[in-house]
Amino acid sequence: MWSVFRCILMRDITLAMRRRTDVMTTLFFFLIVVSLFPLGVGTEKETLRILGPGVIWVAALLASMLALERLFAADYEDGTLEQILLTAQPLSLLVLAKAAAHWLLTGLPLVALAPLVGLQYQLPPDALLMMVISLLIGTPVLSLIGGIGAALTLGLRGGGILLSLLILPLYIPVLVYGAGAVTVSMIDLADTQPYLALLAAFLLLALTLAPVATSAALRISLE
Amino acid sequence: MLDVVNLECRRGDRRLFSDLSFSLSRGTLLHVRGRNGSGKTTLLRALCGLLARETGEIRWRGEDISSLGDDYRRDMLYFGHLNGIKSDLNGIENLRVATTLDGDPVVEDDLWYALAQMGLAGFEDLPTKVLSQGQKKRVALARLVLSGAPLWILDEPFSALDLDAVDLLGGLIAEHVAAGGLVVLTTHQEVPLTSGQIQRLHLGT
Amino acid sequence: MKINWFHYSSPATFYGLAGRLIPWFAWIALILTLAGLYWGFFETPDRLGGSNPQKEYYRIIFLHVSTAWLSMWLYLVLAAWSAIGLVFNTRLSYMMARATAPTGAIFTFIALWTGSFWGRTSWGTWWDWDPRLTSELILLFLYIGYMALHSAIDDPRRGDRAAALLALVGLVTVPIIFWSINCPDPNQCAALHQRSSLDRIDPNILWAMLTTTLGLWSYSFAVILARVRGIILKREADSQWVRDLVTAESRA
Repeated sequence: MWSVFRCILMRDITLAMRRRTDVMTTLFFFLIVVSLFPLGVGTEKETLRILGPGVIWVAALLASMLALERLFAADYEDGTLEQILLTAQPLSLLVLAKAAAHWLLTGLPLVALAPLVGLQYQLPPDALLMMVISLLIGTPVLSLIGGIGAALTLGLRGGGILLSLLILPLYIPVLVYGAGAVTVSMIDLADTQPYLALLAAFLLLALTLAPVATSAALRISLE
Repeated sequence: MLDVVNLECRRGDRRLFSDLSFSLSRGTLLHVRGRNGSGKTTLLRALCGLLARETGEIRWRGEDISSLGDDYRRDMLYFGHLNGIKSDLNGIENLRVATTLDGDPVVEDDLWYALAQMGLAGFEDLPTKVLSQGQKKRVALARLVLSGAPLWILDEPFSALDLDAVDLLGGLIAEHVAAGGLVVLTTHQEVPLTSGQIQRLHLGT
Repeated sequence: MKINWFHYSSPATFYGLAGRLIPWFAWIALILTLAGLYWGFFETPDRLGGSNPQKEYYRIIFLHVSTAWLSMWLYLVLAAWSAIGLVFNTRLSYMMARATAPTGAIFTFIALWTGSFWGRTSWGTWWDWDPRLTSELILLFLYIGYMALHSAIDDPRRGDRAAALLALVGLVTVPIIFWSINCPDPNQCAALHQRSSLDRIDPNILWAMLTTTLGLWSYSFAVILARVRGIILKREADSQWVRDLVTAESRA
């Protein structure tokens, strides 16, 4: 069972590494969006500090969502998704493998870039730390929940926009507490604890429920 | 071993076929024929368990396939219209993934052997996107060499193959049936068997 | 007597039943809603609240609260029909879910709109990111997402099941979403919106609200049943009973 998980995980990572531009585009999108806001809103230090957590989180959300379309679409088109549905292994496990690959390729780089971007927004060190931690816990949740939407909208025209419409409401709790944690850290680091606890709870919930929902959605989409 | 009882399938709002029943025992090949649009692919996908059926039952070794779930899929191999291989991976990598998904206990040497059997010696480490259509199909079909599943469900496996490959595949299928396996097949050509029986099913009449 | 629970789960039989029920619900809706509004506008005190009373304009709550309650209730109904459809695989359940969505969305929109007016007059602003109003907005997105997914999928069977799954996923996440909006700072939860204080309201106002709610609920029955009849005809257009119906109607 573990060998199949590893097989799919390595396969997805290998494939992404052979088409590195796709991964880079997501990261650059994140950087561009984050850079646009100060240009539009103003570069005052105080304004940036207030905006920073929210803007960075929203940009992370959008970047993560952009990459979601590719989660299942390529496999759907060449028939490998069908084969995945027909293995003797539990589908949830394989979905988890794909979500893990998605996170390693999209979420983790965002976490790595976050401190740099945080500096652009004049965030203090405590906030930078909180940015990294909150994204580290929160971005896997985005990958997992996003998988449900990607599975439901497989092969549809206008899939990308429809995917955003379906998924963004579901992302709200992660956004509220993720950005909230960073904001609060600028007042008192100790207050961030309940935020992180909630984010961790979301992660656990997503780990257990999202693959099941995604598997159901895949079976529905592949009929 | 495979029993179908009163199967009815729809595609969208069209009813493709209804009251379809047949039984297959070991060492049988079922040749499904019919015009385009008569529901051949739908039938095969239903047999895989990919389609939720309207009515009817599909039983494998006496039990309904929906309750068997993973156990049924372990015994079954499906080959559809799409090759099911990634163009950015080479032949060996593709075959490795396919055999891991199929759950066949293979070692590295087996993968090279299988590809060589399919006439791809020397092409194994090229990314499949540079191979021709026929070669891609050979890579995809290499799974059959290593598969331990008793039931093969193949949808138009001979398309895009040259004469050599047609012979190869025909040989693989014949061997499988002779060893007591079952094959459900749609194709426009005849498949000669060395032993075992051929049942024919015509859809759309 | 053996009850056939699934007798009315066939679109053909339900079509007739729905047709007979609609006039009843429509009349009840009209009577109750008008009664509720009349009661609300004429029989209730001129002011609401104790320490900082709201003036006449508070009466908008008879529409606002009723539609808000119904918007949430109808989402539950939608999710329930979706669940029944997925479990029992009955076509009619999916059709009922599909028929419920637009009404739910409309009520959500009206709740938002009337809420906005109320906000303007009592808080001085058209929109405030108040938790409850924001939650209603998210609910609207969920309804629209459901309808958008359904219409984006050509195959009706896949569309039914995908949208049903989406509704159930929404159902699970809605409490979490609402809670996160209501309580963005877990260290201290605060809300601008009137805390639900049904027990401290003047009974006249409460009864008027309930009557309007029942009236609108009846309206939703009528409208949803009418809509589902249309959906049934469209989906079952190939079957004999529909063809018979059409020929009978064209002859009349």
